[in-house]
Amino acid sequence: MEFPSPTDVAKVKVQAVQDYTLLSAHSIANLFRKPLYVADIILQADLIGVGSLPIVVLIGFFTGAVLAVQSANTLQRFGSINLIGELVALSMVRELGPVLTGILVAGRNASGMASELGSMVVTEQIDAMRALGTDPMKKLVTPRVTATVFMLFFLTVLSDMVGLAGGLFVSKTLLGLDAHQYWSNASQSLRFEDVFMGLVKPVLFGFIIATVGCFYGMTARGGTQGVGRATTQAVVTASVLIVVVDFFVTQLLMNVLSYN
Amino acid sequence: MSAPTLPLDATATAIEAHSGFAIVFEDVRLAFEENEVLRGISFRLPYGETKALFGVAGSGKSTILKLALGLLKPDAGRIIVLGRDVAQMREEELFALRGKIGMVFQESALFDSLTVSENVAYRLMEEHGIGYEEIDLRVREALRFVELEHTVDMLPSELSGGMRRRVAIARAIITQPELLLYDSPTGGLDPVTSNTIIELLVKQRDVYKTSALLVTHRLQDAFTMATHQFDKQTKQLRALPRGQYCDVPMSFLMLRDGKVIFDGDVRQLAHTKDEYIREYIS
Repeated sequence: MEFPSPTDVAKVKVQAVQDYTLLSAHSIANLFRKPLYVADIILQADLIGVGSLPIVVLIGFFTGAVLAVQSANTLQRFGSINLIGELVALSMVRELGPVLTGILVAGRNASGMASELGSMVVTEQIDAMRALGTDPMKKLVTPRVTATVFMLFFLTVLSDMVGLAGGLFVSKTLLGLDAHQYWSNASQSLRFEDVFMGLVKPVLFGFIIATVGCFYGMTARGGTQGVGRATTQAVVTASVLIVVVDFFVTQLLMNVLSYN
Repeated sequence: MSAPTLPLDATATAIEAHSGFAIVFEDVRLAFEENEVLRGISFRLPYGETKALFGVAGSGKSTILKLALGLLKPDAGRIIVLGRDVAQMREEELFALRGKIGMVFQESALFDSLTVSENVAYRLMEEHGIGYEEIDLRVREALRFVELEHTVDMLPSELSGGMRRRVAIARAIITQPELLLYDSPTGGLDPVTSNTIIELLVKQRDVYKTSALLVTHRLQDAFTMATHQFDKQTKQLRALPRGQYCDVPMSFLMLRDGKVIFDGDVRQLAHTKDEYIREYIS
């Protein structure tokens, strides 16, 4: 077997980054060009948002619950068990809500997009679409990106809320804390900066999930095996990018918003 | 790789010079990495004529169709389709031109999540401003043309290979395009289904006078098209007497090693002295 030269590998990687950047730019630019496929956006919003609802609610609830269980032990040692609402609220809203929801949706939808678009590429359906006078970027990519960004935002808000409810459930039933105290502690601890950070992240993560899924789908080659490869790569890349971007965005926002 | 930009006046002169032709290829070259697929292809397709493209697998026949449609860009040369230089056009401009062209893909390329009627209606739905009633009427008309009116609500996966090709033909002709591109429409089908499809192609050629490029591996299909006409009275194919073959707007183009080795009508093909071609058609 002949190994590819480092130059060729570098060229392929640079080309992929360039293609991904172009796809991302087009997906935004197409929002301001006619035709805008509103029906497709709604359909995708239903598939991505409503379809992801059960797992997001389930994971959100139990994340909040386990967060309360884990932190209760430590807080009790310092006599600060009353702060459990604050801890769950800040963790969920600033970090766990956006990241976990993002990774869940990436696993479910980036793979779906890559496999669906990849299958269309290898069966010449994308070429057929172009031949019929439709821009696949407008018809397929932009609706998915718009719907994912929009729906991930609301899914994250929902995940945060059910996470808080999970924390409340544990606090009340297992730790015997007062529900009112939990809620007031949680709500008073959240500042504008926390909520802002928690709402900026899903917008970025939604964009990453959809563009990565569409990119791997639209560039799938090599029949069914190629589609399978594209699907796996889409999930892995989207998940890794979410975690990496999360770190940098957190750093950036903490500096911009002058966190203490 | 993008095609070299030509001066505007040179392009305009070339387009004017080829105004009687639906497609003109001038010294078109295309390579995929190291593999040079087309090495200076030149041919012209007059309006109303069907040209059959022959050649062994990998000789670049399907590539020619994709170039004509602007799905691929040539490395060099000029491609004029319906009076427009497609090699110089941007993707956004090409979408409008493609509205005048119908393409039947090798494996049909029907949208598998849409029903037959949605597939056939796709172009009309995309055009907007056309009422549902008119769309339904035209879809049924197109499906009637390919004798598949009963499949409107079926999904492509529920159809046989031959039926899928016929739906693909219906999808291509629904807007009555000026030019049709067929990529192996009878490939992998049984003789009976192949004959049905060839009959549809002849019907489209003789009734609507549509220009067409036909890629095929089945010589007998192209010969049938060259020696038969569609009889509007009997609604069947009618074999022509030997002396009337030239009345049929049908020609042949043969490719070998990325070059054109034959371009002519059925009589010229039958009397060729080229050993390779004789062996190919024997």
